[in-house]
Amino acid sequence: MNQFIEWLSQPWPWYVAGPMIGLTVPALLILGNKTFGISSSLRHVCAICVPSGIPFFNYNWKKETWNLVFVLGILIGGFIATTFISNPNEIVIAAETQQELAALGITDFSGLMPSDIFSWENLFTAKGLLFFVIGGFLVGFGTRYAGGCTSGHAIMGISSLQWPSLVATIFFMIGGFLMTHVIMEPLMKLVGF
Amino acid sequence: MKVIEKKAEGFVCDAPNTQASGEKGLALVKYLILGILFGIVFVKAEIISWFRIQEMFRLTSFHMYGVIGSAIVTGIISIQLIKRLGIKSISGEKINIPTKEFRKGQIYGGFIFGLGWALTGACPGPLFAQIGSGFTIIIITLLSAIAGTWVYGRFADKLPN
Repeated sequence: MNQFIEWLSQPWPWYVAGPMIGLTVPALLILGNKTFGISSSLRHVCAICVPSGIPFFNYNWKKETWNLVFVLGILIGGFIATTFISNPNEIVIAAETQQELAALGITDFSGLMPSDIFSWENLFTAKGLLFFVIGGFLVGFGTRYAGGCTSGHAIMGISSLQWPSLVATIFFMIGGFLMTHVIMEPLMKLVGF
Repeated sequence: MKVIEKKAEGFVCDAPNTQASGEKGLALVKYLILGILFGIVFVKAEIISWFRIQEMFRLTSFHMYGVIGSAIVTGIISIQLIKRLGIKSISGEKINIPTKEFRKGQIYGGFIFGLGWALTGACPGPLFAQIGSGFTIIIITLLSAIAGTWVYGRFADKLPN
């Protein structure tokens, strides 16, 4: 048993994780004729809490309760993995990326998330404004404008051979490359790194 | 009135529930279990890590490309099998995969999401797993993402699409 836990605690390689994520597509279809997509959960929260008479939030969200239950499960799964089968070693990050990030002012490379950015102390600072508030807003606004995120477009959409999803995925990547290579450095200097 | 309702329904959903029969209470537990498994994979494969997303955009690691690529290949094979073998859902319904129509939003919105993806190191799924993993500050990111979704909904009819 201990050996099994030890084995589970190692970081899982892509060829284990990828197919498991891919199998979510047929699992949802077969379990309940559901289409894989996670960003929709954010829309359901709006529809439940602050519909404000907006047509975009006026729909039968009760029928989509499954989606909220699914994301609640993701949160619980995150808790279980971190509490019971967490990797005892430090995360291994590509040397080149470490150097580039160190040059940007990141000093903590020990965990899954750098504490230089993702800590409560940064909440009411320019760093927090950029990485939590603006970053989160772009994710929520962009995914809904695009009609889906990595799960709905890149995985579900491309898996069902729908070219609009390929277009969306290409633009996810363009946005990400542009932010990483061009915009992030000046922004990080601006917020005090 | 009927027409308006129909339109509102047509608006719905990029990840729709096409099952005809309703599901309540315990029937929803299967989605909870599936979500839990999914969350565990997110953490164990370090997909929730801001560093892994940085590596992906800096092209210094194959990991994320391997994850997404093999997920897509698995998805393609699964859907082809479902279609060709005529596999039905457990409640006996024909499996229905809605068509995604092309809109300009997939370009503009996709680009905007990409900017946010690189900053936060998370797409919407990992946000939930990060919070579950104890990075509670991500609650703020999630609330902001919900706000972003709301603002899109508020101005959806005014944006080029």
